[in-house]
Amino acid sequence: MAGSTTDQKVEAENGGDTETRRDFLLISTVSVGAVGAAIAAWPFIDLMNPSADVLAMASTEIDLSSIEEGQSITAMWRGKPVFIRKRTSEEIESASNVEMMDLKDPEQDAARVQKPEWLVMIGICTHLGCIPLGQKTGQIKGEYNGWFCPCHGSHYDTAGRIRKGPAPKNLEIPPYKFIDNSSIRIG
Amino acid sequence: MTAPTWKNPLVKWVDTRLPIFTFMHHDLIDYPTPKNLNYMWNFGSLLGIILVIMIATGIFLSFNYTAHVDLAFDSVERIMRDVNHGWLIRYLHMNGASMFFLVVYIHIFRGLYYGSYKAPRELLWIIGVAILLVMMATAFDGYVLPWGQMSFWGATVITNLFSVIPFVGDKIVIWLWGGFAVDNPTLNRFFSLHYLLPFVIFGLVFLHIWALHTAKSNNPLGIDIKGDQDTIPFHPYYTIKDSFGFGVFLIIYLGITLFTPNLLGHPDNYIRANPLVTPAEIVPEWYFLPFYAILRAVPDNFIDIFGLLPVIIDAKTSGVVLMFASILILCLLPWLDRSKVRSAKFRPIYRQLFWIFLADCLVLGWVGAKPAEGTMLIIGRVATFWYFFHLLILVPLVSKYEKTRDLPESINASVLSKRTEIQVPAE
Ligand code: HEM
Ligand code: FES
Repeated sequence: MAGSTTDQKVEAENGGDTETRRDFLLISTVSVGAVGAAIAAWPFIDLMNPSADVLAMASTEIDLSSIEEGQSITAMWRGKPVFIRKRTSEEIESASNVEMMDLKDPEQDAARVQKPEWLVMIGICTHLGCIPLGQKTGQIKGEYNGWFCPCHGSHYDTAGRIRKGPAPKNLEIPPYKFIDNSSIRIG
Repeated sequence: MTAPTWKNPLVKWVDTRLPIFTFMHHDLIDYPTPKNLNYMWNFGSLLGIILVIMIATGIFLSFNYTAHVDLAFDSVERIMRDVNHGWLIRYLHMNGASMFFLVVYIHIFRGLYYGSYKAPRELLWIIGVAILLVMMATAFDGYVLPWGQMSFWGATVITNLFSVIPFVGDKIVIWLWGGFAVDNPTLNRFFSLHYLLPFVIFGLVFLHIWALHTAKSNNPLGIDIKGDQDTIPFHPYYTIKDSFGFGVFLIIYLGITLFTPNLLGHPDNYIRANPLVTPAEIVPEWYFLPFYAILRAVPDNFIDIFGLLPVIIDAKTSGVVLMFASILILCLLPWLDRSKVRSAKFRPIYRQLFWIFLADCLVLGWVGAKPAEGTMLIIGRVATFWYFFHLLILVPLVSKYEKTRDLPESINASVLSKRTEIQVPAE
């Protein structure tokens, strides 16, 4: 109350001018302060992102020479399992004969492989991250003879595409290169 | 209530400079409490005691726990086998978490029955919902620490829920993990947060009680306190009643902890975490089961059912949204329920609906424990539907059209009339 009478007096003396100048100072100070606080928050947020040593383990080389046709191996890349399968000709055929209309996440088989017999993909269900079954002989492979996620029942086909169940997307393909005919580098 | 005069000179010296003793006297001794509270009002103070037990046992566990993927599992086994009384402290902590949720759920349903969320206690209620959320985060973090199979896969499934956030979801998940999978950076930060969050809960509890002591306790009749004749001081009347309740609680808590400590746990969590093998079924701790059932309830062909509408979200996204909504929606309850009458005692229709709702939540919990297929899936969907139908449709409608019973004139009058009824046969 005492403040407001003084304010009124000041306002009267300066024809209301002071209020706008004071407002300007106030708003600019608060804005600069807010921007400063936002910038200061960034190092804290970024600290939680993957660190340099975690990123450094970002590539792995894998020797494929010991894998027989119809066999799979599971490698680790960035802490994630990578499914590598040498597909049989029946599997390749059934994967490439699928109508795009029948797929939830339409993708040609050819777009998912570099060499048709080698299917390389991240073995993590795109629903909520379980590891699908189907790598070892004797495991359930699901209704499309590829992989089956037991957590909530997602079925993947022989190209690792989602065919049935709650998962929204096909199994992800990691970046990889063939170093020579029998080894690849992932990442 | 006037401020007490302190006899002890030291107490007096402190109190004139920082009136902490006066404050405690007001809120723990003098606090005018409705004189008709029943045993449903025991659970609040019980929750406070359990929080202290959790913090105490947790700090002692942390003296021997190692938050590293190669060592965490063994360090918990060492606590169980080699550390003096380590088994006891761990089992107290593990079962304490279960008891915490059991008691908080009773406490919440008490509020639902007696209309404790209504004006002037809306904020008190909302702070309560916030406490529930932080409790859930704490228990989820804690369950990851022993680094068993369920720890690892529970963490994987739940953190993956955040991938449904539009555009930045995948980045957020990597940010939460501090890597490309649940791994050592994840375990480290989970331990740090697990230590921190209980103290956040402590702060929230302080606000909760502050709001309570401003609005004053509700009571089984749900009517306002009209004067001094309606209340009695908290001490000794309710301190003694709460102590008795705590004794009963201890019998149950220690009974489970000492005789069947792993009853509520999952055996798979005694298997070391293995990122390459998913357990046959990932089951969360029992207290998360109703929410887990809601998460999995949305039909996979949701898009087909509403094929006419431009559906932008898929089954996974809608499951996650529903799960979080099921808790957050509770914050709106004070405005969804327009009835001026608080207690279900005087609301014949709402009272029936309350019991159906309670049964519905139990059904959700039961479904959450089963594989999501066949009849279980159908039951889960119906129960999920009912959960939201009750809160969003039935509660507002009933509160508008229900004919409520006459309210007693005052707490005091009601208590006295009961007394005469009892005395009649003696005369
Ligand atoms: C709100 C209170 C708390 C709740 C609900 C809670 C919950 C849990 C749960 C469910 C577990 C897993 C138990 C198991 O299966 O082994 C756990 C473990 C653990 N908690 Fe807490 N906790 C709380 C407070 C604390 C506090 C304050 C600390 C202090 C540092 C702490 C330290 C630990 C440690 C070291 C473990 C790992 C050892 C173990 O697995 O038994 N907790 N907590
Ligand atoms: S995580 Fe694979 S179906 Fe849910």
